[in-house]
Amino acid sequence: MNDTPQPLWASEAFWKKTAIWVTAGSFIVLVVLTFDSLSQTKAGGTRVPAYSVINKKIDYQYQAKLFKSIPVIGENEFLFGKELTEEEAFQLVDLGKKTSQAKNCMNCHTLLGNGAYFAPDLTKAWLDQGWLSTQLREDAMVKFLIDPEKNARTFSSNRKMPNLAITEAEAKGLVAFLKWMSSIDTNGFPYNFKTIYAEQ
Amino acid sequence: MSTNGLEGVMQSGNHACAKIRARWTEFSQWVNLDSNNLSDGQKLAVKYFTVAVILFFAQIVFGMLAATQFIYPSFLYEILDFNVNRMVHINAMVIWMLYGFIGCVYWLLEDESKTEIVGLKLGNIAFWVLTGAVTLVVLVYLLVQIGPGKTSSLWLINEGREYIEAPRWADIGIVVVMLIFFYNVVATFSKGQWSGIAGVLTLDLVALAGLYVAGMFYMTNITHDQYWWWWVIHLWVEATWEVLVGVIMAWSLMKLLGVKRKIVQTWLYIEVALMFGSGILGLGHHYFWIGTPEYWLTIGGFFSALEPIPLVAMVVHAVYDSGSHAFKNGNHPALAWIIAHAFGNFFGAGVWGFMHTLPQINLYTHGTQWSASHGHLAFFGAYATINIAFFYLAIQHWRGNVWMSGQSENAWRWKWALGLLNVGVVGMTIALLIAGYEQSFIERAVEGSTWAGYFSAQNHPSFQSAMIWRWFFGLVTFAGLILLIWDLLTIGKTETRKAQEIISE
Repeated sequence: MNDTPQPLWASEAFWKKTAIWVTAGSFIVLVVLTFDSLSQTKAGGTRVPAYSVINKKIDYQYQAKLFKSIPVIGENEFLFGKELTEEEAFQLVDLGKKTSQAKNCMNCHTLLGNGAYFAPDLTKAWLDQGWLSTQLREDAMVKFLIDPEKNARTFSSNRKMPNLAITEAEAKGLVAFLKWMSSIDTNGFPYNFKTIYAEQ
Repeated sequence: MSTNGLEGVMQSGNHACAKIRARWTEFSQWVNLDSNNLSDGQKLAVKYFTVAVILFFAQIVFGMLAATQFIYPSFLYEILDFNVNRMVHINAMVIWMLYGFIGCVYWLLEDESKTEIVGLKLGNIAFWVLTGAVTLVVLVYLLVQIGPGKTSSLWLINEGREYIEAPRWADIGIVVVMLIFFYNVVATFSKGQWSGIAGVLTLDLVALAGLYVAGMFYMTNITHDQYWWWWVIHLWVEATWEVLVGVIMAWSLMKLLGVKRKIVQTWLYIEVALMFGSGILGLGHHYFWIGTPEYWLTIGGFFSALEPIPLVAMVVHAVYDSGSHAFKNGNHPALAWIIAHAFGNFFGAGVWGFMHTLPQINLYTHGTQWSASHGHLAFFGAYATINIAFFYLAIQHWRGNVWMSGQSENAWRWKWALGLLNVGVVGMTIALLIAGYEQSFIERAVEGSTWAGYFSAQNHPSFQSAMIWRWFFGLVTFAGLILLIWDLLTIGKTETRKAQEIISE
């Protein structure tokens, strides 16, 4: 060891202080942004609509100026033919969300793009053209969820969703959850998505 | 049941027990390890390492099952479905790495604090509680798999959130065990002596344990759900885990090469500043598309683009120190894995992460095999490697601090294990990257991310063949792991020379 004075950039004490300040500073910024993000994304805001949005028609419109599609909430389009109050809508979406976790959907599918890659993304599953007709969509989804083996739609991939013992109530909850999730403003993800309402 | 029948059952039970015991004795004699060579803290550490290796094995087995299902979707259909195999694959990984880290910390704790571990008994109890809980969780994953859409399913069966699927009761158990671990670390340093490494380690463990709590709540609002979920996943693997391996690396460079404490500690502080300075707000790259405000595109893109910098620093640090000590070290396989760690961390976490972290690119790659490609190389390169280095350190001391080098007897085993594991993982990474590219083009850019688009990408020959290559390189990885386990059980068995003495300057 020698005792010659060290330049600042090689001193242990300087870097120790830097580490503490940088960590604390970044964390404080994160906490502030977290408060802001959580308040901006409460269900009922502009980015994440209220659960009763499942009473409405949900579609996307491409905004050339922004280079992305943004959600458009339209006229009434009741789910399973019944208008729900905010509380009823919440109960139904909540049942669906819980079911999606209890059935471990996320380890085959992605939700908001996060999860596994063995099955298609569910972010805008409600709006997917694969359901063919908006009139038959709800029933087709419920039937599929209850017995995916018999109603298999494999797009010639041979990958079939297994039977997950989903009840009719749970299936309806899942459809409500998927419809609500499809209305979340995801900053244009996935890009170039064509909804079931888009001109073929 | 008649008494005779009961006696018969008991007799055959006893018989089976005796047989297992005899096999175990035979096995222990064959391995021939002497625990008297270890301190109490080290004895606790090797328990964690042993379970870590078993879970590593489980990780690869279930990874192979899931990889097979990509090629033959009807394989184990409705018996062990893809979601079950994939869940066990990634959970076994998270847990074996945590076991490895806890083992590493217990391994260095007494040496670094210059005293005996304080809560040894408590540490042992925590180990058995955690191991019992992990076994139960895995059995429920495999045998029960799923439950009805009720809160009780999330508490008892599985929480259904990728990486932290463990049911809530297990979450609480994990927090308790982490608190005991934390107590042991702090109490031991307080009784002995503190150091820069000890300080960073302690603060990092506070963050690591605290962050886990952020993942223990159910939320209906999926945007909020994923917001907190990323607090756990990202701030673990891209912040606190990275700092933890920085600590482990700092200590091992002192021990393996004899690098000056002042140098490793200064580097450690630089790494902490760079890692937390980029990684904490780099969290924003997970907030591009989950409903969160647009400012995250800028913040997340900018800070996560800086995340590779500390990893470059770690490569420079490891390679420079190895070179300046002319690679003179006391444990060749361990140092080789440390170097593999430095590069694996840089390429896997740094380069592969950077490749798709900017929102302009991530818009097309998010939720495709790109993430799987990055995940495989990053978890292996950053975390598997450094744990394996410690397995070699542990086995060396378990055998009585014997000579362990490239010229040891059967050194081909550790060299081939190193080669096969690295080639296997890199091979899988490239195969998955090709699949990811193809998905980004066909599913995302051309077909507009519909389900039909998803499947036309999945059915494409270049995707299909990528899955076959991934399977093949998975097998190479598996072969490497089997060789690694064989080597860990046998290396240094017949060695009589003592390890080269390394004294920190």
